[in-house]
Amino acid sequence: MLYLVLHENPSMSILSLENVVKRYHNHTAVNHVSFNVSKGSIFGLLGPNGAGKTSLIRIITTITGADEGKILLDGEPLSAFSPSQIGYLPEERGLYKKMKVGEQLLYLAQLKGMTTKDARDSLFGWMEKFEIKDWWGKKVDELSKGMQQKIQFISTVCHNPKLLILDEPFSGLDPINTNLIKDEIYELNKNGTSIIFSTHRMEQVEQICEDIVLMNKGKVILEGRVSELQERFKENKFRIGFKGNLDKALISDSFEVLTDSDDDLIISVKEGHNSNELLRELMDRGHEINSYNEILPTLNEIFIKQVDGQSDE
Amino acid sequence: MSKIWLIIKREFVTRVRSKAFLLGTFLAPLAMVAFLAVVAFVMSRQSDEQRNIAVFDKGDILSGAIESTNNITLDISNRSFAELLEDYEEGKIDGIIEIPGTINENERKFEVNYHSDEQLAIDESLIIGNRVEDRIRDYKVKALDLDLSKVEKLSTNVSLAPKTIKDTDKKISSLTNIVSSVIGGIIGYAMFMIILIYGGQVMRSVMEEKVNRIIEVLISSVKPYQLMMGKIIGVGSVGLLQIVIWMILLALLAPLSSMFIGAESSSSLTDIAGVSPEDMQAAMSEGQEKMVQIMQELGNINWGLLIPMSILYFLGGYFAYASLFAALGSAVGEDINEAQTLMFPIMMPLMLAVYIAFSAIKAPNTSLVVWSSIIPLLSSVVMPVRIPASPPIWQMVLSVVLLIAFCFFFVWLAGRIYRVGILMYGKKASFKELAKWVFFKG
Repeated sequence: MLYLVLHENPSMSILSLENVVKRYHNHTAVNHVSFNVSKGSIFGLLGPNGAGKTSLIRIITTITGADEGKILLDGEPLSAFSPSQIGYLPEERGLYKKMKVGEQLLYLAQLKGMTTKDARDSLFGWMEKFEIKDWWGKKVDELSKGMQQKIQFISTVCHNPKLLILDEPFSGLDPINTNLIKDEIYELNKNGTSIIFSTHRMEQVEQICEDIVLMNKGKVILEGRVSELQERFKENKFRIGFKGNLDKALISDSFEVLTDSDDDLIISVKEGHNSNELLRELMDRGHEINSYNEILPTLNEIFIKQVDGQSDE
Repeated sequence: MSKIWLIIKREFVTRVRSKAFLLGTFLAPLAMVAFLAVVAFVMSRQSDEQRNIAVFDKGDILSGAIESTNNITLDISNRSFAELLEDYEEGKIDGIIEIPGTINENERKFEVNYHSDEQLAIDESLIIGNRVEDRIRDYKVKALDLDLSKVEKLSTNVSLAPKTIKDTDKKISSLTNIVSSVIGGIIGYAMFMIILIYGGQVMRSVMEEKVNRIIEVLISSVKPYQLMMGKIIGVGSVGLLQIVIWMILLALLAPLSSMFIGAESSSSLTDIAGVSPEDMQAAMSEGQEKMVQIMQELGNINWGLLIPMSILYFLGGYFAYASLFAALGSAVGEDINEAQTLMFPIMMPLMLAVYIAFSAIKAPNTSLVVWSSIIPLLSSVVMPVRIPASPPIWQMVLSVVLLIAFCFFFVWLAGRIYRVGILMYGKKASFKELAKWVFFKG
């Protein structure tokens, strides 16, 4: 319900898209896309490769323009001022290899509209935080790939953007750096930065994002809260852990056993019945249940189902 | 504007601080001077093989005397031809010049034979031919019963001295054209080199940003057009700085080098030619007179027109070519081979312009040169060559108007291609494809 309220109130949105269209000469990359990103949220922009995510992001970051539609950033139409409010970490990223870390970061921060002093203060803060202050005078190509990713991340966030757009931020990162960046994302979000997280790796989104939009072939095919979507697409499956023997042949027709092993079962509850009935039936037969969980569909499963459904149409 | 300024500053500072810039600015002129010196040395080398050549003159046409050269000893022999052949076999002589027995005074062509298994170099044949010619002339003078001192009075050196009719203020001399075309040629060639070198740098810089993928980060902060212009202006400023440094170096080094060259040539002249000190003095004062004349001619050139016009043509040409190079760089990405294929059509007018400029040095007013100095892309190199020779005002005005108009057009065109090209990966760039990009929406 809360979601619906936010959805319909653009003033609560950091970003609001209405019927955005982007055509390239022989295809429509973004096809009448509308959604809102509420302030302070972590928002997932999902879809397979070629769904139109990057095209859409390029419109939001003012790299290209939309052919149709309305885009509001914090209630204002996009303008020359917008880039200073957005931090963008593209999927394909890079730095000047021969330039020194400090100079490069200063340059990129100034391009975002920061003064030299503000940029320096902010960069020192970030480098201290990542414990990499002594890299200031090093050339980028002296650093390892993981180190370069940290520099890249700092260049994305150092101007305190209202909206942070991360396109596949964890690609190419080792687990340690992934966690480090993830923690930073959470902290930035806690301090009020709204974040759009674009990826085709759905499992990452389930952990991080509250709201998502799912795109395929330029269109939004699904949107909402992650928990609500899982609720909407769940198939009443339960995983039951037990002790001792359980004769599955004795389970009544109201339920269907999908898989079983020595100590747990996955059972689907047929329509017109509910999970309590299943639990009661098992308990009545004297089985010792030690775990009982509803299996929610992963976003990946939901996505595949949706895409299949679309292609059937 | 401040963002363009940041980009200009980065392009400028990173380049100027690089070792390549220091080497290019301070060592390249030295390397160039050294190279020219080597070329001059190589070109001035004469055949230096020592030869002993016997002259077999049975009709005594040479009257028993012929002047030897530095390396070639010419010796009129009294021995028979068969004996000389024996000498050749024994290695005592390197060859035999056989003068045919008789010569008619009316004969205008005369052939002498050179017997040897080893051929003479071209310069050797020429000099021996000259020596024989001198002697035959003396022979004919005698045979025709002429007075040698009178004959020598027959030859006169003629030079055309230009004089103006209406424009009496204009001081011109026989050196005017030479000096102005040399100055024009130097400027035209410098234009070509600078446009080529710095245009190429713009292209590489664009390719670098595309290949290392920083481009998307950059254009999420600035407009592609700003980035392209910042780059072109930044790299161009490095070029200008380099030119200024070279000018200063030239101004400092020129007096030194002329002193050095002067001393060198005078000593070598007396050494080699055995010229008497008096003749040397005369030659020196004649040289000094020429020098003074050249300095006067340099003073007569309308520098007030030439310098600003050269800068204008440099800017117009540089912006047009550099933006085209930027568009190319954006389209190709990492494939340097593809870049070279596409570069060729852009290089064509530039190369053509240089050849036309060279022909303009000799003849600055042919219709080819006149039109080339008006047509954009050619005019930047050709017009500066013509300016010292004061072309008509209407031609300069038309040329400048077209230069500026097309400069804006090319920058616009390149900007359209650039903004699409920098984000385009994996697509083979062709001119057809680039033409399509021009019309893409933003």
